[in-house]
Amino acid sequence: MTLLGDRQQLSYIAAQAADARVNVELETEGMTLNIGPQHPATHGTLRIIARLDGEQVVWAEPSAGYMHRGYEKLTEVRTFPQVTALVNRIDWLGSFANEVPFILAAEKIMGIEATPRAQHIRTILFELSRIANVSLFLGDLGVQLGAVTPVFFAFRDREYVLNLIEAATGGRFHPNFDRIGGLKDDLPAGFIDETRSVMKKLRNFCDEIENLLFGNEIFQSRTRGIGVIPKEVALQYGLSGANLRASGVDWDLRRDQKIAMAWDKVDWKVITHPDGDSFARCWVRLQEVRESTRIVDQLLDTIPGGPVMVKVPKIIKVPEGEAWVSTENPLGEMGYYVVSKNDQGPFRVKIRSASFNNISIVPWVLKGVYVPDIITILASLYFILGDIDR
Amino acid sequence: MFPLSQADTTEAPRDERRESELAAILGVLGANAADSLMKPNDDIWVRVTTESWRASVDAVRSLGYTYFCFLSAIDWMPSPFGKGEDDPTAPPPERDSSIRQGYAGGATRFQLLARLVMPGSTSGVNLKCDVPDDSMTVESIVPVFAGANWHERETWEMFGINFAGHPDLRHIYLPQDFEGFPLRKDFPLLARIVKPWPGIVDVEPLPGDENEEESEQS
Repeated sequence: MTLLGDRQQLSYIAAQAADARVNVELETEGMTLNIGPQHPATHGTLRIIARLDGEQVVWAEPSAGYMHRGYEKLTEVRTFPQVTALVNRIDWLGSFANEVPFILAAEKIMGIEATPRAQHIRTILFELSRIANVSLFLGDLGVQLGAVTPVFFAFRDREYVLNLIEAATGGRFHPNFDRIGGLKDDLPAGFIDETRSVMKKLRNFCDEIENLLFGNEIFQSRTRGIGVIPKEVALQYGLSGANLRASGVDWDLRRDQKIAMAWDKVDWKVITHPDGDSFARCWVRLQEVRESTRIVDQLLDTIPGGPVMVKVPKIIKVPEGEAWVSTENPLGEMGYYVVSKNDQGPFRVKIRSASFNNISIVPWVLKGVYVPDIITILASLYFILGDIDR
Repeated sequence: MFPLSQADTTEAPRDERRESELAAILGVLGANAADSLMKPNDDIWVRVTTESWRASVDAVRSLGYTYFCFLSAIDWMPSPFGKGEDDPTAPPPERDSSIRQGYAGGATRFQLLARLVMPGSTSGVNLKCDVPDDSMTVESIVPVFAGANWHERETWEMFGINFAGHPDLRHIYLPQDFEGFPLRKDFPLLARIVKPWPGIVDVEPLPGDENEEESEQS
């Protein structure tokens, strides 16, 4: 509640300042600042239009659509197995995680379930893509604030994870590995030992980033108390993932949802933070990478035997029906509403991507902040352009 | 349908949690609920009347469904272009053009679809509502959920559904002077029309696969 108070106080000060200017007839003209679509401080082609009063933002709006590819339309002319190649490219840093909810939705309509081994390996790869995605965020965070070192650490250690994903699936960024009924292949030889040693490296990486960045005084002063999003507002805008948990909502779809994956078979905890500011959002993500490495370690110990694929027909026809499946992706809740009309391809697919909702709060959260904070708030909200534009 | 299905062999289980949730939702909606469907261990669908769209969303929200997941629309008309895999030299094939709505029924070609969730749980509800064919206008739910702003802009741009009371109905992805509504089924996917799709591949049986083929068909 005190945080809300701070915000109100800030707007009160702004209003007072505006009044004072009018009173002395020294009103300055507002200025419109255009950031992007191509700008070193934005990752991807997001354009922000901000109207400024001095150093303060009075109105801001992101302008999306520079990378709109129309996947919802394209899915209507594809078959179900072909769609995974498209959805890979939505959140391109954690692409395997995009395939899973779509395949689960198709399986739900068909009434089949992958084998336990396939579910287990799916969960491992899902968490690996989360680690690959969020570790890059942690490095990128430093760049946004003017610290260059963390990004080198991030690229170095993410490479180990990408190598693992490549070894298992054949693709570093676009695995296209998930199939209706299971997985394309089993894990390669040596994968388990290699993954264990990489998870150790990643935990070291988290410690490094924590020492380098999170303990840094400049980082703290630029993120603590900045860009506060209270719980109620976060829910209204449909914020999800770490952004929501950083506002104090204890909700993780991996834990709270009954789903044909292996998260319920291991011991891990959901990280939340009560503050809702930029620091909280970054901190929650850092802890989540740690938890993910723990999840992967435990899953590696308990991979069940058996095939990775149930028997499905060569030409897959999905019966008439509708299904909604969402999972806790690296960026937040990613879900697909699939409508099938007993055909080889979907009739309609609504892609609910996390960044679209996460960024729709930007006009609200940027109101009243100072120009340098625009970049830190955007960085802490963490979006992938492909995930906004689809 | 598929012999591998486990769901076919077991009896449909009762889902008391969802049954009571649906009863609570229908209770608060009263006469505004036009139709509903509950699939055990799956999901809840409720179709509400067009006039009560905003009031119904607000009523469901007051039950604790305070997390706004998404809002979109469905065009139930089958595409007149099929999958864009027709031979351009041959006469166009006959296609089924009958409109069949999905879960929780309906009467119009376009339907709105929104999902609200109870935070901290998996209790969610898919709300649907018919969009009148003539006016193509539904009340905006931005006063209820501020996050619906962008979703309604996207739905307006892609389907041409107007939202009365929306503060700022502008294009979000496409250029401001774009004409047409791309996600409508009668909006052609030009890439498929100007050039034959190279992805039409028949699944050929592999050597030694004949036995398997036969066993699947039997």
